[in-house]
Amino acid sequence: MRAEARSGTLLSAPYVLFLLAFAAYPVAFALALVLMHWDLVTTPSFAGLDNVKLLATDTRFWQAVGNTFVFLGLHLPLQIVTALALAVALNRPMMFRAFWRAAFFLPVVISGAVVAILWNALYATDVGLINALLVKAGIAPVPWLTDPRVAMAAIAVMVTWKNVGFYVIIYLAGLQYIPRSCQEAIELDGATAWQRFRHLTLPLLLPQTILVLTLSTINGFQLFIEPYVMTGGGPLRRTFSVVLYMYTNAFSYQKMGYAATIGVALAMIIGTVVAIQRKVVGTAEAL
Amino acid sequence: MSKFIRAILYVGLALAALTFIYPFLWMASSTLKPPGEVGSLALIPDRATLDNYRIMWGRAPFGRALLNSVLVASTVTIAVLIFGSITAYAMARLTFPGKRALNAATMAVLLVPGQLTLIPLYTLIVQLGWIDTYAALIVPYLFNATAILMLRQFFLQIPQSLIDSARMDGMGELRILFTIFWPLARPALAIVAIFTFMGSWNEVLWPLLVVRDQHIMTLPQLLTVFALGGGAGTLGVSLAAAMVLVVPVVAAYMFLQRYFIESMAGAGVKG
Repeated sequence: MRAEARSGTLLSAPYVLFLLAFAAYPVAFALALVLMHWDLVTTPSFAGLDNVKLLATDTRFWQAVGNTFVFLGLHLPLQIVTALALAVALNRPMMFRAFWRAAFFLPVVISGAVVAILWNALYATDVGLINALLVKAGIAPVPWLTDPRVAMAAIAVMVTWKNVGFYVIIYLAGLQYIPRSCQEAIELDGATAWQRFRHLTLPLLLPQTILVLTLSTINGFQLFIEPYVMTGGGPLRRTFSVVLYMYTNAFSYQKMGYAATIGVALAMIIGTVVAIQRKVVGTAEAL
Repeated sequence: MSKFIRAILYVGLALAALTFIYPFLWMASSTLKPPGEVGSLALIPDRATLDNYRIMWGRAPFGRALLNSVLVASTVTIAVLIFGSITAYAMARLTFPGKRALNAATMAVLLVPGQLTLIPLYTLIVQLGWIDTYAALIVPYLFNATAILMLRQFFLQIPQSLIDSARMDGMGELRILFTIFWPLARPALAIVAIFTFMGSWNEVLWPLLVVRDQHIMTLPQLLTVFALGGGAGTLGVSLAAAMVLVVPVVAAYMFLQRYFIESMAGAGVKG
């Protein structure tokens, strides 16, 4: 029908234009910027592979990548274990079920900027809530955000706290699809609660675990506002994240070519890490 | 399950819930305490004071930032609902050349990490001369691929007979969309509205790049700049500023928590 084709083209045209301007063009221009020097003021100049060479040997960039892996090493297991534990605990008829769920989800709806400022206060060495509790329990206060050995761990705990409610919902959705009859059959066979979890629940939740792993990995590589507000990337650059480094290059040093190069490299690193994770977890399933 | 294990389960859940709720209560109470008292564990301040709010309000344009946030988040949400439905309607119910490619492109957009396009988008805004304008905060968010795919999925389920009879009555496509599809699609529209509004309300990295003028800043940005720039001075003052951002969200969340959870978990949006 010709009238229908005309309406369709007309109604989708604004979106097509939007995609060209704010999706296709930025992706193409990101790749072009890799080959450019540009400070936004003077005309861009061709840089050849300068940016790529600089990136390859830039210890500050690679330290930021390393920091992210430290973060993920702490955050991913913590995130999966806490989300799984809370979801399994909630997956039964119980009192106040909606309330528990809503409480765990509360930090998800709060801006990352607020969470960073709040936890900055919670972690404060002298007046923070956490150290006040420690002192009350007779333990010496810990300089959470100024000790290079614990700062990244402190941020990993905070991010886990912020996002766990989101992953609890994902696991709860998965748990709904485990048939009761399976539960009952394995129970009749005399399996303990742990055996039931280990050999029935955990394998059946593998798709959810892969999803949680992928989303929290991608989220982890986006770490920005937390170090920006809480540590400025310190102490000793131990919490400097890749996005914070990209932001600094663009905003403070006006090095658009190099900042875009960091963005492209980061996208490639994320793609590689997620692909490897999926492959490894997929093999684990076969065992 | 034995009574004993059940009791342990409830104690455990209560402790867990406390770790999520207590920090916010502590934050609210700290904003009412004078500087010397902030470190205390007590939730009820000995000498409650509104000084922190007075100082915060006087030092940076928080009222203006609140209005900016409402303006930006509402405009983006309304645009995403209207433009998103129009696009989704065309993609779901009309046949036109390039439809499959458009569908594929929309899925591809979801796979592109934001870090890849952040810098080129920023340079685009600079070249358009949009630094320190509302356009910079609104225009790049007028369409949302997640919203379009969600609405498209919903629109696909509406029976074709409704469209056919409406066309027979001489209704145009837009009238069919807004008078027949919209009332049926209310749940889907509510989900899209919540995650779009929350995403915009909480966004901070993008404003930090494209806005430097305090009078254009949205709340999360002004809050961040304020807390970092030492403008806050004391902990109580910066927490008071954070309260301005949190209170409307928590109030809405208390009444609509089911929709919030469904919406934000479904869209994979995080603040």
